[in-house]
Amino acid sequence: MKLSTPAKLFLWTVMGFGLAFIYVPLILVVINSFNTNTSFAWPPTGFTTSWWSKAAVNEGVREAIGRSLFVATIATLIALVLGSLAAAAIARYKFFGRDAISLLFVLPIALPGIVTGIALNNVFTNFLGELTIFTIIVGHATFCIVVVFNNVAARYRRMGSTLEEASMDLGANRVTTFRLVTFPLLRNALIAGGLLAFGLSFDEIIVTTFTAGAGQNTLPIWIFQNLFRPNQAPIVNVVAAALVIISIVPIYLSQRLTQEKSDK
Amino acid sequence: MTITTSARRYLHRNVRARISALLALPLFWLVVIYIGSLAALFITSIWKIDTFTSKVIREFTLQNFIDVFTDRAYFNVTIRTLFVAICVTLICATIAIPMAFFMARIARPRSRPILIALVITPLWASYLVKIYAWRTMFYPETGFINWLISPLGGSSPGFGILAVIIGLTYLWLPYMVLPIYAGMEKLPDSVIDASSDLGAKSGRTFFNIILPITWPSIIAGSIFTFSLSMGDYITVQILGGTFQMLGNVVYQNFSLNLPFAAAVALIPVIIMMVYLGSVRKTGALDNL
Repeated sequence: MKLSTPAKLFLWTVMGFGLAFIYVPLILVVINSFNTNTSFAWPPTGFTTSWWSKAAVNEGVREAIGRSLFVATIATLIALVLGSLAAAAIARYKFFGRDAISLLFVLPIALPGIVTGIALNNVFTNFLGELTIFTIIVGHATFCIVVVFNNVAARYRRMGSTLEEASMDLGANRVTTFRLVTFPLLRNALIAGGLLAFGLSFDEIIVTTFTAGAGQNTLPIWIFQNLFRPNQAPIVNVVAAALVIISIVPIYLSQRLTQEKSDK
Repeated sequence: MTITTSARRYLHRNVRARISALLALPLFWLVVIYIGSLAALFITSIWKIDTFTSKVIREFTLQNFIDVFTDRAYFNVTIRTLFVAICVTLICATIAIPMAFFMARIARPRSRPILIALVITPLWASYLVKIYAWRTMFYPETGFINWLISPLGGSSPGFGILAVIIGLTYLWLPYMVLPIYAGMEKLPDSVIDASSDLGAKSGRTFFNIILPITWPSIIAGSIFTFSLSMGDYITVQILGGTFQMLGNVVYQNFSLNLPFAAAVALIPVIIMMVYLGSVRKTGALDNL
């Protein structure tokens, strides 16, 4: 599309401003994690790596990271199975109540997290008696299902049904068709949806606040609890900086995926 | 013949059984666990509470709703919350539409994946980290913003509604950029070429062709920004100072008076359902 010079200049400016808006705060966090001043007054007063070595041996942080990884893994696995089952039904068949069901699959992310949180908390404490690590997983899986569902349903819509029909015309049964045709076509959508679900679960705090049992700190809960404690502030800052740096990993993975797609 | 093969044959012949088999588990999860919990919560809102023990008494009352709807303070909180959610959505759209347009249409195809990665990366950085980052930015006296604008004679606005709006905009911006980008990328070149062949300048093409066609994607993005802003209470706690939103009211009443918290929680749910209902026709829900 051809554009006039002022229009192009405007778009370049917005893009640059947008990226600066996104990155300046994150870069500040990383810089501050080496700041000798514990109150993070800007500009930094000196350079130190001692916060990083202190954070690395912090028991609370390690335990919370382990728990978050466990919760995110199980919630993502549940979401992958349930989300893709539902996507297959919605995308491949027309039936009574289909619209209502696809609306239902939007609700867990469209309704505020605090509502989901207190609703689940109310039911869990009344029927199960106490909150455990498994109640966190149930809470997370509920919105993770939606993410996987959206990704897989979109892929189903785009790929149409001609390839599957061709496979079945050529004599493959439903299971073989799924294994050799449908699944390979869905694989990238499953990985993308799974990564996103994992990321959301790892990062979730609002639903977690209401579904986590006593002492069941996930990483976000640990950060939140220590955010306002002055002597913990440098450790929190290091954890924050580490999370910023680690967030590059899933991006790199999804980059590889899109590259693979364009190579084919 | 084993049981599995006979079951497989049955499923092969019977479409309805196939749909049920696919939907049974996911629907069980979302209807029984999720919708069931929501229903239980909203039933609680018509129950009483023992004011000494904070225990729910299962007796019918409309007092919670009368309190919510007659007390001016809750009306004000609702209006404030809506105002913040609308501001955040509009600011996100204003930044995201040109950004997505640039990424999908102006940038060279080779650099597109890099630009997308640059926009998605903060989506992966932790929610709390981002809000925390803005806390250090907004800090009165010693914050980055204060350092930046004090030579110009200004000072950091400190914590409050402005910090909340900027923080929430920052959090949800990628959720707005991505659907709009997907929508603009799908747009066929032929449509844009046709418009310019017929004499439309680029501005006219943008407002009369590109914007209407990508409207469902913009609405899809707005569902995220609007809903996520409306239910937030943690950002408000960290950046808001004394400023409060609906989420904070729900949070504060949750452990002491659950029926009342449930009645307040119904407000964002109703607003969100009205919003979803009114945008459903645009096809936005397929663009999430």
